[in-house]
Amino acid sequence: MALYTLRRLLGAVPTLFLVVLLAFLLVHAAPGGPFDAEKMPSEEIRRNLEAFYHLDEPLVCQFFRYLGNLLQGDFGPSYRYRDYTVNELLAGALPVSLLLGSLSMLLAAIAGIGAGTLAALKQNTLTDRVVMGLSMTGISIPIFVIAPLLVLFLAVKLNWFPAGWSGSSGVSRMVLPVVSLALPQIAYIARLTRASMIDVLASGFIQTARAQGLGSWSIVRYHALKPAMLPVLSYLGPAVAGILTGSVVVEAIFGIPGLGKLFVIGASNRDYTLVLGLVILYATMIVLFNLIVDLLYGVVDPRVRYR
Amino acid sequence: MRPLQSALCSALVCIALLLAACGGEDPEAGLSVLHRPLSTDPESLDPQRARTTQAADVLRDVGEGLVRYDAKGALVPGTAESWEVSEDGLVYTFTIRPQARWSDGQPVTASHFADGLRRLVDPATAAFYAQAVLDIENARAVSGGELPVAELGVEAVDAGTLVIRLERPVPYLLSLLTHPSVFPARLDIPKDEDQAGDAWTVFNGAYTIDRWQPGSMVRLLRNPEYWDDADTAIDVVYHHLVTEEQSELNRYRSGELHFTNNVPPESFDAARKEYGDQLRVSEYLGVYYYGFNLTRPPFADNLALRQALSMAIDRDVLAETIMGRGEIPAYSWVPSGTNNYEPPRLSYAELSSEERNAIAKRLFAEAGYGPDNTLAIELRYNTSATQRRVALAVQAMWRDVLGVEATLIAEEFQVLLDSIRDRRDTQVFRSSWIGDYNDANTFLELMLTDNPANLPGYSNAEFDALMARAAEQQDLDRRRLYLEEAERIMLADHPTLPLYFYVSERLVSPEVRGWEDNVLDYHYSQHLGLSAAE
Repeated sequence: MALYTLRRLLGAVPTLFLVVLLAFLLVHAAPGGPFDAEKMPSEEIRRNLEAFYHLDEPLVCQFFRYLGNLLQGDFGPSYRYRDYTVNELLAGALPVSLLLGSLSMLLAAIAGIGAGTLAALKQNTLTDRVVMGLSMTGISIPIFVIAPLLVLFLAVKLNWFPAGWSGSSGVSRMVLPVVSLALPQIAYIARLTRASMIDVLASGFIQTARAQGLGSWSIVRYHALKPAMLPVLSYLGPAVAGILTGSVVVEAIFGIPGLGKLFVIGASNRDYTLVLGLVILYATMIVLFNLIVDLLYGVVDPRVRYR
Repeated sequence: MRPLQSALCSALVCIALLLAACGGEDPEAGLSVLHRPLSTDPESLDPQRARTTQAADVLRDVGEGLVRYDAKGALVPGTAESWEVSEDGLVYTFTIRPQARWSDGQPVTASHFADGLRRLVDPATAAFYAQAVLDIENARAVSGGELPVAELGVEAVDAGTLVIRLERPVPYLLSLLTHPSVFPARLDIPKDEDQAGDAWTVFNGAYTIDRWQPGSMVRLLRNPEYWDDADTAIDVVYHHLVTEEQSELNRYRSGELHFTNNVPPESFDAARKEYGDQLRVSEYLGVYYYGFNLTRPPFADNLALRQALSMAIDRDVLAETIMGRGEIPAYSWVPSGTNNYEPPRLSYAELSSEERNAIAKRLFAEAGYGPDNTLAIELRYNTSATQRRVALAVQAMWRDVLGVEATLIAEEFQVLLDSIRDRRDTQVFRSSWIGDYNDANTFLELMLTDNPANLPGYSNAEFDALMARAAEQQDLDRRRLYLEEAERIMLADHPTLPLYFYVSERLVSPEVRGWEDNVLDYHYSQHLGLSAAE
């Protein structure tokens, strides 16, 4: 397994290189530059700005300069946040996104797997329909409708939680964002779990367990849960990477200083280095989480072997 | 199952501990704390390098220039207690207050201001606002790298006297000197390389920056060394970043913000009913306009067509019904309410809409268009609900009155700017201009031939000449006459379609004391107070 991991990690390097190259080209191809605004600077000022950030060099030079810095761990200065480097911005936003992302994933996993399992056990009964129906609200109602509704009722009307992130510190400001982020995930996970659990529950060894007199709860806990988790795991890999890099909508609504906000700001301001830094971060996380998921297959399903 | 279970348990325990650690007692009990919104993240809190109005909002709280504005928007002495202007208007001599101090206790001296100005113009700083001070002696040469920074026409004669020499008179210089880009600089303090954020660590304003979390908020603390600290009522200021107008409204409603920067258009009427006089609508120094691409057909050299299109738009309906938040229909280029200025109006401002439409149709025919030769043009605007609403209204008006088929194209903001600057595909585009200082010049200079912000590509030698004459005038009344005449010429040429003048709409909590509406919409935290005890 160690050899397998090593091979996967080495194989990720050319992938990441391609990602950097493509992102670099796309970002520079987008119309508009980082210093465009209605209040245009005069020619001398513009030249000064571009020279300062090496934007007047040919694209190839800029790319290799960037790559060189990258290999030393330097993502470069931010073109928009002139007091900060991209490293500092990422370092500031990453913990927040990580915390919120992991909490909502945990909530989504517990609630989703629980709901899906319950629905599978009581397949085609009223319980099944009610539980799945409720879970579906997460997919059917978009986040930018759910989150403001939650804010309106729970924050503005009832004042149980704050409507914004920066106005307070502590746990209560996390509740609404975490719930908003978790809701769509609960829906997907519940559906996957239900389908997969129904499959597993119909298989031979489960019938044997039932015949031996094991109750539903024990069957699920000791025999059915692990194999049923395989599709959920496949889903969770990229999903965790996605949530950890922040949800643009939720961060905008609550004013959370996470990675999602940086994505939007970087793109709309043509902040080349920030966008590249975020893309690399995201790509790395996807590669990492796919690897973790593949390794977890081995833990969950002992039939899986690594070549 | 065991290892998985125990792993899960440990994870839960860790998270519980983390969450417990996050809570804490309130260190701000007993202090007066203001929570105010910021609509965009400041890109820098370095006074010479910052560029956006939002950065300036924060910087105005922590720094002070030679001059500043009072709560009503009038110019008052800041760190300079008095000044003298020479006969020819080219030499300004400022006397710095002896009691002015930085937050570390050091006195603020004239050399700090000189350092700030030099740093602004220095090409190594790559400062955007360097162009605001290009009329200072040698400023152009210095910023182009031809002369060393020391040659800039500013001099600290002694600790308390600063002399600024200009190449030509700048009547609005004092307004420029309120801007954060010309705040004093402390070059003796090395920027801490380890500290994230390159912002300065000492301040000469009413507050100091305690913490800046990009994407979230800036926290300011009272600066007890500030010379006017006795008049500062509020101890702690939070500038919360709130980009969504609806979120801002929600946070105001739940009591987390003391005032808002905007009111979302769809909630405006409800807010008016619900909040009464907490809703403040006041004139604002900004114009919303459509510009023509004057370098290509059909608008190049076709005054009749441009004027026809302008007259076919019913600005009163646009401002009152389509926008409906108190916006003022624009029949001139410079907003009314600008200091020492009475803007001339478009010749057809007083006509009824029937009369205007009749003349518009006639001009349209003169330009060579009619039912057999219809005009098809493109109208570009930046993607936004408000812009779209205005564009739809104008498109309908043009179709009803003139039979013009206007195609609406929504583009992302930077893309739109690029298209406009390209001058290839653009025909009519939406833009706006917010005044940098309270003087007609900030609007009129846009239309000078060599101004990079002259988006339509307008060039009129007579206009340029009048502006140059106005710039030479010492007498403010004579200067005003030249400016008004220049505007008259520009309006008659129709390079743009001014549509309405901005108003600022805000909700202000009754807890807030000292709030005054002013045309620049600057609200320094040091002028505000809170009536609730904590």
